[in-house]
Amino acid sequence: MADPILEFRNINTHYGAVHILKDVNLAIYPGEMVCLLGGNASGKSTTLKTLLGMVTPTSGEVVLDGEVVNDKPTSYRVERGITMVPENRRLFKRLSVLENLQLGAYLREDKQGIESDLERIYRMFPRVKERLSQKAGTLSGGEQQMVAMGRALMAQPRVLLMDEPSMGLAPALVQTNFELIQQIHEEGIAIFMVEQNANMALSLADRGWVLQTGRVVLDDTAESLLANPDLRKSYLGDAGGH
Amino acid sequence: MTTALGNNAASASGSALDTRKVLNVGAVLAISLVFIALAGLPVGLDPRQVVNGILSLGYLSLLWLPIMFGWTVSKQVVLEGMTATKQGVGDVITGAATGVVGGLGLSVLLLLVNQFDLRDPLVNWSPQLVDFLTFSQGIGLGVIAWPVICGVLGAFGASLHLLDATARRAVLAAIGAVLFFAIFETFITDLFDFLDDLLYGPRGGLEWYAALVIAGLAVAYTLSGAREKIAEVKGDYHALTGEAKTRQTAILIGLSAVALIIIPMVTGKITQELMANVGIFLLLALGLNIVVGLAGILDLGYVAFFAVGGYTTAVLTASNRGPDWPEWFPTTPWFVALIASVIMAGIAGLIIGAPVIRMRGDYLAIVTLGFGEIIRLLFLSDWLKGYFNGAQGITQVPPADFGLFEVAGTNPRSVFYLVMFFAAISIYASWRLERSRLGRAWMAIREDESVAEAMGINTVNAKLMAFVVGAVLASFSGAIFSAKVGSIFPTSFLILVSIIILVVVIVGGMGNIMGVIVGSVVLIGVLGGPKQPGLLQEFSQYKLLIYGALLIWMMLKRPEGLVPNARRSRELHQDEFLQDAWLKGEVDTDEDDDNPAPGGSQVAPA
Repeated sequence: MADPILEFRNINTHYGAVHILKDVNLAIYPGEMVCLLGGNASGKSTTLKTLLGMVTPTSGEVVLDGEVVNDKPTSYRVERGITMVPENRRLFKRLSVLENLQLGAYLREDKQGIESDLERIYRMFPRVKERLSQKAGTLSGGEQQMVAMGRALMAQPRVLLMDEPSMGLAPALVQTNFELIQQIHEEGIAIFMVEQNANMALSLADRGWVLQTGRVVLDDTAESLLANPDLRKSYLGDAGGH
Repeated sequence: MTTALGNNAASASGSALDTRKVLNVGAVLAISLVFIALAGLPVGLDPRQVVNGILSLGYLSLLWLPIMFGWTVSKQVVLEGMTATKQGVGDVITGAATGVVGGLGLSVLLLLVNQFDLRDPLVNWSPQLVDFLTFSQGIGLGVIAWPVICGVLGAFGASLHLLDATARRAVLAAIGAVLFFAIFETFITDLFDFLDDLLYGPRGGLEWYAALVIAGLAVAYTLSGAREKIAEVKGDYHALTGEAKTRQTAILIGLSAVALIIIPMVTGKITQELMANVGIFLLLALGLNIVVGLAGILDLGYVAFFAVGGYTTAVLTASNRGPDWPEWFPTTPWFVALIASVIMAGIAGLIIGAPVIRMRGDYLAIVTLGFGEIIRLLFLSDWLKGYFNGAQGITQVPPADFGLFEVAGTNPRSVFYLVMFFAAISIYASWRLERSRLGRAWMAIREDESVAEAMGINTVNAKLMAFVVGAVLASFSGAIFSAKVGSIFPTSFLILVSIIILVVVIVGGMGNIMGVIVGSVVLIGVLGGPKQPGLLQEFSQYKLLIYGALLIWMMLKRPEGLVPNARRSRELHQDEFLQDAWLKGEVDTDEDDDNPAPGGSQVAPA
């Protein structure tokens, strides 16, 4: 397999004195779809923030294209193709849909490229094009999800980090949403998904990790994870095991 | 709670007089009237005539309330699913009764003031108040008169509901026009000398016949349909796009510029002075608008940059700048000092901004408040007395000399032109910034700082830039202020200045250049700045009271400001927008979002 785009090597992070991530190792390869599972307070969000450079690890290395980027700011990583779709979409509600999309391309200088990417997003989500001048906060949940994805795609990502993509969505929309993710994935963008909805995530992903109180306890292919009785149990919520 | 009960009672008993509601609202009216009376507005404002010999500003400060309350108490709230009933005599009686209850409050106050002496804690508990409230006609008349007057006015307010929309607009236009001519007396007589004898009495205030003519003209204007025409033209302008709109906008800007150049030539010094003050605060407000309105950083110490600009200019141009400056330290012409002011303010922006910017929300506001005071205290301190003369200030700041002409405080017109020149620069800069990449980054930060960061925006740098740009605009103002006043003291830079600029920005409409302009004209021009009198000079004592009341009212009723920014107003009234849209079937809820698949269809695990 090719070299990984993004890698965690023995990452430890602390918030103050509290130890959040404990010797975490991850690797995301080009074009694959992986997911990170875990309950509340297991360190999922911290993993994302560390990947993106909003949290600096206390030890270990974050490696981007073979380069240690521990000290590089978020903008450096975004420029090199790491982009996040935040939890609950978090659009800039008072800005128009178009402004939201443009902000996704904030670090890009190529005007023509931005234009053609906008066109691509309109083709992908025709609904979005109809709402360009509308304020993002007035859109329905499904439309907001499309704009959030579009905004992330405007950064020309190679790896898309998705924080709980199905969180806060109506059940009917969860399915549509995963279809969207699938669609993006088919364009060759690697997807790193953090999810509580284990079934749905694993049925799409190639590989997965399970994080428990900051430690990776399972690291396997999606199929074997799905078959794993422990995992199934803990996601039913009746066997804590810690 | 009781009001809700009252409402129920009303709906149960049909159109009968709703006693509870009348008593409740009447009590609030009574308290408001007594408060205003004891705050001293009526007596203090009595000398200023609105309609000569008939109505003074003092009486007006009380009389507008029963009308408002009469209107409010009889207002029908029609919610979705309810049908409006025709309003009739019952409503007028409700309004009148409310007015009477309110007026009784004043009667009781009158009796109490006449009987007891509470002047020690309440300064305005005075014989003058008794005199004012009795119309100098004896206590008995006063006690009877106020409930009657307030009752009539309450009925008048309520009866506005009975008029159809056009008639109501005509009545309001008549009242508004008379008030306008009365308030802007100084300005109007300054502009058109001949109107002074024609419209206004010798002691100020409109003559009664002038008031009648003005009211009549206002009614005629409303009924003539000119208003609709104007609205139509405005609509046409807004509908324009592309080049045509650019051309129209250019013409509008050109016309305003010509007007701004011509007006000060024909007005007297008082108006010129007023316009110069408005301009100085407009410059400050434009700067703060970038910091607060665009970047969303609540800076309560903005006056610091005004002070840095003012003191830098003073130190570089004045002859008595303080003994401790080294020999070689230059004395420069004004515009060199201006450049230095800009640089110093920029540096101050960086120094204050750097530690502050890492904080968010309330904490940031408190820290900026502190820094604003620190800067003032430094200029006041004994430690730096050798440089800035402490409390004595720097008093011999020369006028700004441009070779061909001079800008001095004794010639407010020149100050106005200079201010307008910089205001034009600031407006253009704000306008461009708002549409720039940096402007977009600011708005993103204002909306959601963490997500902005995740988009790759360097939030620390962007916020720091907002601070610096704001500081630079404030330093323009400081440099002009210094040359205009000719002297500079630490007391010119109290926290109050920061707060008033913030109020200007909020009342005008945050994040909106037009709003900031309107805000400065209305607040600084009409009410006055922290130390500068406005058109209503009599208000100076009550300025802060009115500022506060206005701010509260705006926050409750019109949080988007006088001139709302479409974006802000949509956000603040989002719930209403969504509700309206939902009622019209424009918004689809998540569930029926183009996904006909029944049951949400969870994918079964393999």
